[in-house]
Amino acid sequence: MTIASAVGELAPAPRPAPTPGRVWDIVLRARELGILVVIFAVFGGTTIYNSSFASSASVQQLLAGASIYALLGVGETIVIITRNVDLSVGSVLGLSAYVVGEVFLHNPNFPVPLAFLVGIGVGVVCGVVNGAIVAVARVPSLVVTLGTLYLIRGVDALVVNGVQIDPSSIPGGFIGVGVNNILGVPWIFVITAVVVLVVGYAMRTFRSNRDLYAIGSNPAAAELAGVPVRKRVFWAFVFSGAIAGLGGALWLAQFATVASTAGSGYELIVVSGVVVGGVAIFGGSGTVLGAALGPLLLNTINQALVAARISAFWNQAIAGGLLIAAIAFDRFVSLRRERNLRLRRAARGA
Amino acid sequence: MNLRGSRLALAATTAVVSVASLVAVATNSASAASSRLKSGETIYFIPKDTLNPYEVIADAGGKTALNAIGDKQVVSSGTADTAAAQIPSIQAAIAAKASAIVIAGNDPSALCPSLAKAQAAGIKIVSFDSDVTCPNHLFINQANTRQIGTSEIDLLASEIHSTGQIAILSAAATATNQNAWIKYMKVELKKYPKMKLVSTVYGNDDPATSLTVLQGLLSAYPNLAGIISPTTVGISTAAQYLDTHKALLKHLTLTGLGLPSQMKKYVLDGTVKAFELWNPSNLGYLAGYAAATLASGTITGKAGQSFTAGKLGAYKILPAAAGTGPSVVLGPPTVFNKSNVLKFNF
Repeated sequence: MTIASAVGELAPAPRPAPTPGRVWDIVLRARELGILVVIFAVFGGTTIYNSSFASSASVQQLLAGASIYALLGVGETIVIITRNVDLSVGSVLGLSAYVVGEVFLHNPNFPVPLAFLVGIGVGVVCGVVNGAIVAVARVPSLVVTLGTLYLIRGVDALVVNGVQIDPSSIPGGFIGVGVNNILGVPWIFVITAVVVLVVGYAMRTFRSNRDLYAIGSNPAAAELAGVPVRKRVFWAFVFSGAIAGLGGALWLAQFATVASTAGSGYELIVVSGVVVGGVAIFGGSGTVLGAALGPLLLNTINQALVAARISAFWNQAIAGGLLIAAIAFDRFVSLRRERNLRLRRAARGA
Repeated sequence: MNLRGSRLALAATTAVVSVASLVAVATNSASAASSRLKSGETIYFIPKDTLNPYEVIADAGGKTALNAIGDKQVVSSGTADTAAAQIPSIQAAIAAKASAIVIAGNDPSALCPSLAKAQAAGIKIVSFDSDVTCPNHLFINQANTRQIGTSEIDLLASEIHSTGQIAILSAAATATNQNAWIKYMKVELKKYPKMKLVSTVYGNDDPATSLTVLQGLLSAYPNLAGIISPTTVGISTAAQYLDTHKALLKHLTLTGLGLPSQMKKYVLDGTVKAFELWNPSNLGYLAGYAAATLASGTITGKAGQSFTAGKLGAYKILPAAAGTGPSVVLGPPTVFNKSNVLKFNF
């Protein structure tokens, strides 16, 4: 299962010539490809029904609307791969969005790039708190981040104190990052895509990042193998926090207004998107590309339902159904892989 | 903030009375009222929670009223919208020998045993924002449900020449207030045979979800003439989108319930011509006067009695109706447009 896949990825064995069964396995494992096919199927089907679904404004919103969830999904994936979870991302996003807004409220000419750094900084601080408690105090991350979900939201409420930041207080140059396009592609999507590509490359390439998969597959074995488990887990949380902080700044740029409820409930949307995207909830496998495509699929479905004039009451039921389908699919693939490994081992032994 | 949590309805400030005349009335009748009311009373304001921006404004309105009378306001509640968080505040009011409690109920019935104890101790009960079902209290209604629904349709009709496809961008599909308003919108639409409600979509009071369903709506109905968003999150998100897609404004008009502070940018740049809301500050102010008047014994809270609420003028207590006891209605919603949006700071 996850252990097998991680070990397999760490030390690829010489592959025998593909048989029909193995080709099928490879197709099944290319989860990202499968999601892309589903996204295009939903998109194509809706467009046949209603051609304006493929209009540029509509496609731009498909991409822009999924971007923040996808971005948070990248940070969440890094944490989930280590067999942990970060439930505080929605609260971190809310706090970061408000702090950046507050900075603009008091300094209308604050430089835009620095504003994004402020957002990331807020996220890093929250991530350090999460990471320190999980890694140093060795408390399960589910409990820790459930706690910080409320703690950070409470700090947010204190900072906000019933006020909200209005669109007239946010400079146009900053909002532009959230709503403008470059060559027809939303900036916010470009930023997310760059993060996905850079992190995706790093996760495939660098030793320290490969360690994360080993930790998630089997924390005890990773420790014995000399992987600095606590250090890696700590940094995974800091990274997730930083990404959520960046997400908060982008959220403010996209919606131009923020109150203390910003990002409430996003943690579950992000975790579902990531799981639909093929990241195993118990760690050890998954890619950031898949994690980003999961939210894109969910957002496409939500928008398509309205465009196809189907009752909005179906949205949540369909999202839930997809989640269960994704988990069932993972189980099917891992059982199949386990059986194949057993058969191969038996054949070798004979 | 949103208007979803059982903010029962109605609301409002005495429409578009000019601020100048309000101030003039205020000076006169405030002194008249306070000469009749006992001063030095302690009145507890128990909002749904102490953080909600809407409640903060309403409580501040109540403080203005009580300061004018010479009474003392204590604001006390929890940080979560639960009845359990409000019960200690009711007990504190009893211990402090308060003369009245003004409460926005987090639960229609769970607070009744505690409120009954307060009444037994001689404390008058006023509810506002969200009513409770307990006996012997006065409800300050921000606006009635029918008025909100019908005025939204009338406002949009006046902007789109009563013609074209319209849609509603609501909060959650289960939001009680929005669903009640939408019901009356549909009734009022019968007056406008050339306006057709083609779809109702739900943004769950989350900007991201609102934006996604809005774009779906625009794809589904490219010739949409009007959108009503009876929730502050929905209307501000839609306004922000239209602000960056101005071509849509050639055929599409947005209105709904919004906050002046959030909407002023879009009203001033022409994206939105007009929207509505009641004035939470006036709601708290009226509740403050009602509580002080009850505490003075000038009225007992029975239907048909009248009292003067400072700058807002005279109010008559309406008889009990289905689901609510005696109540006072603040007035029709205020319409905000270029001429007045900058005058409101909430």
